[in-house]
Amino acid sequence: MLDDHTRFFAMQTTFHGYRRDNGRVGVRNHVVILPVDDLSNAAAEAVANNVKGTLAIPHPYGRLQFGADLDLHFRTLIGAGANPNVAAVVVIGIEEGWTKRVVDGIAATGKPVMGFGIELHGDHDTIMRASKVAKGYLQYASELQRVECSLDELWVSCKCGESDTTSGCGSNPTVGNAFDKLYEAGCTLVFGETTELTGGEQIVAARCRDDRVRADFTRVFDRYQEVINRHKTSDLSDSQPTKGNIAGGLTTIEEKALGNIQKIGRKCTVDGVLDKAEMPTHGGLWFMDSSSAAAEMVTLCAAAGFVVHFFPTGQGNVIGNPILPVIKICANPRTVRTMSEHIDVDTSGLLQREITMDQAGDKLIEMMFRTANGRLTAAEALGHREFVLTRLYESA
Amino acid sequence: MIHCVLHDPEDSVAVVVVEGVKAGQELTGLILDEDRTISLRCTQDIPLGHKVALKDMGVGDTVIKYGVDIGKVVAPIKTGQHAHVHNIKTKRW
Repeated sequence: MLDDHTRFFAMQTTFHGYRRDNGRVGVRNHVVILPVDDLSNAAAEAVANNVKGTLAIPHPYGRLQFGADLDLHFRTLIGAGANPNVAAVVVIGIEEGWTKRVVDGIAATGKPVMGFGIELHGDHDTIMRASKVAKGYLQYASELQRVECSLDELWVSCKCGESDTTSGCGSNPTVGNAFDKLYEAGCTLVFGETTELTGGEQIVAARCRDDRVRADFTRVFDRYQEVINRHKTSDLSDSQPTKGNIAGGLTTIEEKALGNIQKIGRKCTVDGVLDKAEMPTHGGLWFMDSSSAAAEMVTLCAAAGFVVHFFPTGQGNVIGNPILPVIKICANPRTVRTMSEHIDVDTSGLLQREITMDQAGDKLIEMMFRTANGRLTAAEALGHREFVLTRLYESA
Repeated sequence: MIHCVLHDPEDSVAVVVVEGVKAGQELTGLILDEDRTISLRCTQDIPLGHKVALKDMGVGDTVIKYGVDIGKVVAPIKTGQHAHVHNIKTKRW
């Protein structure tokens, strides 16, 4: 007799996605108008306004950054454009040099991409030329068809937000249960939130596949603790846990962290460590060194190539992302009642013993398949498109 | 009805998972890792998501949740009382 898990995967091991030229599979088909810098947001938004159905993703950075901070800026923009949820990209920058750098990075995927520098042209001429290209890309994308893809081709990221104590009992272990199953199915998975592992770091270290991965994890964790110690004014009690966390009943960072790491399940091992916005090189579960701020972390996941995101919440975070569909999971019965339009998967039954953890995990996986096949998430339907770049330090 | 949940049978606090828990109420607690229940009387009103103490704790004691250390007691806590930032603090940073 089949157990629940085997029975579930006996039913569904494929989804319908967009196969890109580089072999990766996406679940959305966006034509993105990507500004290289803050100055180009107006032109990018004008192009997206001219060509309905394209998507501008404005952001506030990209001038006078240098060193590792600039590298991260390029890695994030190129990664966002290269994400398989994106069919084609128009890149607009104030000048041609950095614009070309972003275009070349995205072009390596084989997808259509063209760049426009505003200097020597002005906004009007740039918007006109870029709009013509955007229209062609939109029509190209509209003819691409979904094809049957194998579950192991799906890259799934996770990050929780506006957590409370129900996150640790309900929504986060739901993600953990799903991750254990997806890991076994061969998916590529990621978690992060370096600061929010504080108090549970030994548990994560013990879950690392081998000593090399463990050493990588420890190095990254210790580095972030040094950043905190250098900049903190007293302790982090005003920031970690957040005011929202405390209102929801979380008392200490340790308690928050132990709830947080329920997301990595009980069986899967941590197979590698990624820098911010870095792309995984093989399947399995990865740890990404990242901010614990929701929109920053989800943006880094999008830039690393993940195509579906699991976002458990307690008090009710409303986040979305322009490229990465964000599936919200909640086990807090009050949040499910008062903020129902934001919640995709209600697992509050876990706390009344109405459903088992295995059933909750399957419920999430079912929603993952529906989302991968095209169902818009609550965040997509509500227009949440938070695209937030991580900065490492001040500009030159 | 389940009023509160704890992760590990050794936990010294449990999470209230329903609204409107009042002082003097008899609570049913679910131990998630063992799928069995306990009962206790709470002595203060406790909001949804906040913690109820399962034992008496003195200043300096370690608070256990998920079977591990989540911080230290900074003001005495009696069984059934509300356990939160007014009587528990992080050991980090």
